[in-house]
Amino acid sequence: MYLYSFTFYIFSLVAVLSALMVISAKNPVHSVLFLILSFVNASGLFILLGAEFLAMILVVVYVGAVAVLFLFVVMMLDINFVKLREGFLQYLPFGALLGIVLIIELGILFLTKSFSENSLTNFVQLPQINDVENTKLIGKVLYTDYFYLFQISGLILLVAMVGSITLTLRDRGNVKRQNISSQNFIDANNAIEKKKVKLGEGI
Amino acid sequence: MIYLEHYLFLAAVIFTIGVLGIFLNKKNVIIILMSIELILLSVNINLISFSVFLNDISGQIFAMLTLTVAAAEAAIGLAILVVFYRNLGSIEVNKINKLKG
Repeated sequence: MYLYSFTFYIFSLVAVLSALMVISAKNPVHSVLFLILSFVNASGLFILLGAEFLAMILVVVYVGAVAVLFLFVVMMLDINFVKLREGFLQYLPFGALLGIVLIIELGILFLTKSFSENSLTNFVQLPQINDVENTKLIGKVLYTDYFYLFQISGLILLVAMVGSITLTLRDRGNVKRQNISSQNFIDANNAIEKKKVKLGEGI
Repeated sequence: MIYLEHYLFLAAVIFTIGVLGIFLNKKNVIIILMSIELILLSVNINLISFSVFLNDISGQIFAMLTLTVAAAEAAIGLAILVVFYRNLGSIEVNKINKLKG
């Protein structure tokens, strides 16, 4: 059990520190890389919780797709990032105050156990390692009880794909393109013209 | 021993860092989008830890749906960002005022 606690603290410490680096790194490329580190550590925590499928999905979807998308955009756009950081220190005192208030409010739940005897945290137990695999359990529920939600999430992804393609597609006017149908409808009679050319003169 | 509260507090800390990131990087849209990802990650940690500690698998299903929506949101947000940069040549948030909101 000591190993469990130790692993939890290591993973959560690295996750929190890299999340801090995400918002404070000077170079956005570094922020994206720290975001990846944070996600990897969170997926380690998920494995610790016994949710292996979600951990793998997190690595595949976030690290493999979303973070790489961020990396693409950061490297593609030519932006003066130093200018964008103006005002960071200006907002820091008020932001720190807001953060402290928020963390205290959220941290009150640590005390709820002593606050009330009926709080939800009193009823929970330790993570149980089932003999049925996590993936199998999710599959049993996902394709039966939550089938419509599953379909709708697929639809959301489709809409997002169509939306981002239509947003970024641009039609540049001066590009010459092939027109297949007009090429197919050419026949020899109008394509070739015979002319008599006099000697010593052009057409 | 690690209980539910530990995971919840970790999620709370990451959530706060995400909110702080939106607040501090008021100009940089990319960092704001990354902060939103952090916030969604903290929501996922909450959902999954409740799901495990209450021994109910549906929380993990909802975490998966959150993941889907987060991926869609990132794709759309970055597409809007690219279009905005193409039109204005900058990604400063305070220049996003074309809609006169």
